[in-house]
Amino acid sequence: MTLRLRINGNDHDVDCDPDTPLIYVLRDALKLKGTKLGCGLEQCGACAVLVDGKVTMSCVSAVDSFQGREIVTIEGIADTQEGRRVQAAFVETSAAQCGYCTAGLVVAATGLLMDRREADNETVKQALAAHLCRCGSHPRVLRAVQRAMAAG
Amino acid sequence: MSLKTSPRIADWLTARDGRLVVHSGKVDIGQRISTALVQIAHEELGVPFSEIDVAPVRTDEAPDEGITSGSNSIEQSGHAVRMAAATLRARLVAWAADGIGGAAQDWTLRDGLLTHAATNRSLKIVEVMAQLDPDLPVDPKAIAAPVQDAFPGAAMRGLADMVAGRFDFIHDVDVPGMWHARVVRPPHAAARLRSVAPQVRADLEDEGARVLRDGSFLAVAGVSEWQTVKAALRLARACDWDAGAGLPETDVFAAFAPENARRLMVIDGTPQDIPVPEPLADPDHVARFERPYLMHGALGPSAALAVWSDDLLSIRSHSQGIYPLRDSIADSLGLRLDQVQITHQPGSGCYGHNGADDAAFEAALIATLMPGTPVLLKWTRDEEHAWEPYAPAMATDLAVTLSQGHQISALSAEVFSDTHRGRPRPGPDRAGAGRLLSNRLRATPVPPPPPLPNMNNHGGMHRNLEPVYAIADRRLVKNLMPGVVHRTSALRCLGATTNVFAYESMMDELALRAGESPLDYRRRHLDDARALSVLDALAERMRARPAPTGDGTGRGIAYAQYKNQMTRVGVCVDLAVDDLGQVHLHHVILVADAGRVVDRDGLCAQLEGGFLQGASWALYERVTWDRDGITSRDWDSYPVIRFDNIPDFDIRLLHVPGAPSVGAGEASPGPAIAAIANAIHDATGLRLRRMPFDADSILRQALAD
Repeated sequence: MTLRLRINGNDHDVDCDPDTPLIYVLRDALKLKGTKLGCGLEQCGACAVLVDGKVTMSCVSAVDSFQGREIVTIEGIADTQEGRRVQAAFVETSAAQCGYCTAGLVVAATGLLMDRREADNETVKQALAAHLCRCGSHPRVLRAVQRAMAAG
Repeated sequence: MSLKTSPRIADWLTARDGRLVVHSGKVDIGQRISTALVQIAHEELGVPFSEIDVAPVRTDEAPDEGITSGSNSIEQSGHAVRMAAATLRARLVAWAADGIGGAAQDWTLRDGLLTHAATNRSLKIVEVMAQLDPDLPVDPKAIAAPVQDAFPGAAMRGLADMVAGRFDFIHDVDVPGMWHARVVRPPHAAARLRSVAPQVRADLEDEGARVLRDGSFLAVAGVSEWQTVKAALRLARACDWDAGAGLPETDVFAAFAPENARRLMVIDGTPQDIPVPEPLADPDHVARFERPYLMHGALGPSAALAVWSDDLLSIRSHSQGIYPLRDSIADSLGLRLDQVQITHQPGSGCYGHNGADDAAFEAALIATLMPGTPVLLKWTRDEEHAWEPYAPAMATDLAVTLSQGHQISALSAEVFSDTHRGRPRPGPDRAGAGRLLSNRLRATPVPPPPPLPNMNNHGGMHRNLEPVYAIADRRLVKNLMPGVVHRTSALRCLGATTNVFAYESMMDELALRAGESPLDYRRRHLDDARALSVLDALAERMRARPAPTGDGTGRGIAYAQYKNQMTRVGVCVDLAVDDLGQVHLHHVILVADAGRVVDRDGLCAQLEGGFLQGASWALYERVTWDRDGITSRDWDSYPVIRFDNIPDFDIRLLHVPGAPSVGAGEASPGPAIAAIANAIHDATGLRLRRMPFDADSILRQALAD
């Protein structure tokens, strides 16, 4: 069936099964491959996108539940002021190693910045606790988030 | 090794389209080796970072540097590129002085130009390169450019794309006509496929999927990724497996005993097949340290793209060893080496031999059954957790005799482990093919080769079994325990993880027994000036930050030098243990001496990342299983460190410009684990000797004490 999704400010009509998890539609049908699949269980955060401004995992929930919502993926994150600040801060602090978790973390950090102008390190840690990084880039990610907040 | 197999300058450095291209056989797995190589080429040749590319790592094109492992990339590829670039610099200057005029010292290399100082005449370096003999050999003793602290560091390659979601991982490949594939796995390694319900198979094929079977290897392919995922679930439900005897529910730590093992003496870090002397008669201190099976646990499951077309099998893989993998796949499929081409494409961080090679072979196997169709195979989270080759469980038994004044006079160390060497690479008994997972399942299986002891200096389980401390009387024994339970292979640090954990815990115990500070007790057993400098710097930072004094808080230190010849690391950890037995990491001081520093920021990233991986092993990670299969199959059943337990870091690098650059990627996990164990002891009085130090272990030990 055909579903209408609003992604990064544009409407997309997608022909797919309504039970398809959002991430497969993003990556396979729309070729938006910046969003990463890590577990398919909502346990690792690699697949995070913003839905109506809230950080949301895209690997389990069916695509039909996202109709009428405003979805922002990593490809659209630079369209927001917060997203640009986060991206710049990640680059300035070298906040990645292999980079597989990075897109999800940039999205999550952007969501955090949209939510609040400042937060102490403990609050940021709790906010990112749903996201795994296996290389150990965490300290740099935490610095990047503080830097992005300070730049606001 | 690198310069022996690839001796020409042009093997490492070429010019293309007005740009300098660096070639290497080492692959970038997030450790930033490509950034470091660009930094080295820039330092030697004065070509701007923006005008330097790194060539794709592809069989038949890249230098064959074996496997990207052992923290060797900077010493092997880094050294080769530095010597190639230094030779090239001398040749460029000689060419200019001979052909154009002036003395050699009048020519400088800067901003991509070869410039004559007096006349200001400039030539583009990459254009002059084209004038030189393409077969010029690298001078392995070329004089490297002098160290200038003002070198601006190269930006991390790929980072700008990563933060924008544009970095191309293997998972993101999309080529015309590509199909997706998924494998249907047995319940566990001992099970074999009896049958697949024919109706389900027929239904799937009617719907456009392809079902592919070779013995107990079963896969499904389709055009749409999600439809293929669903098809694999339907196919899995249609399988009848013979579970055989199931997985052995062996207590591996109880099985680790000399009578079960192949025993070798380790002399100066190298195993020797000579009789093992009797244990110490009357040791003053005895302790065993253990770690469970661990997984690499890459964040992105393994994947590979393969296409079989015109008698050529082209594969894209995130393997760490494309040449040995090529040889192993060719052997598996009865192909000539020139019929298999592998190009490295990044996966997520691997930390050793994970599922990458197995996935590459499985994609190849599927592709050969679907000629002309590119096939992108992805493993699921469940598959990665259950089927990657694990790091072997280990135990290290220590015994020491103390002389007057608590000086260690004699040491016995026995390490027990299954093999750390499960990577596919050619060897006796079709070792390469036999180490590829799915060859065990095919209709004509290739069984795994019997593991042979790794006889290399500081190889395998005996990495860092040789203590860094000055102890004259040493009895070091390696005990190979093949086939205990699970398929095993290399994980970051190999045996150094457990051996450093063991030694550095023991040094703490002995310091307490002697009534000395852990720093001072280590100092008087060290005769390496650079080790003492690391401890001095650590002590200085520790004085600047007094030890925590609150309830349940503790401080612990550890020191190690990776392989006794690479980066030296001193660590101090402050933490707290709460009433539930949970450990909260607060602050880390880390001092390192990695010789001449190439990429300062990259080095710090490796040390931090290594610490956190060590902390994750120390506090959380453990593979679990029962008769019916692996039970740690996701991030809930196999927990790892998360953002809510990340400490603050204070990192100090001791820059030693005159010393060679040494690898650092595996230098910090071992000391991290030991420092955490020592800090837990400081906080609670509990001595944790088996990883992980999770809440269960801590509470159980608190009750037992």
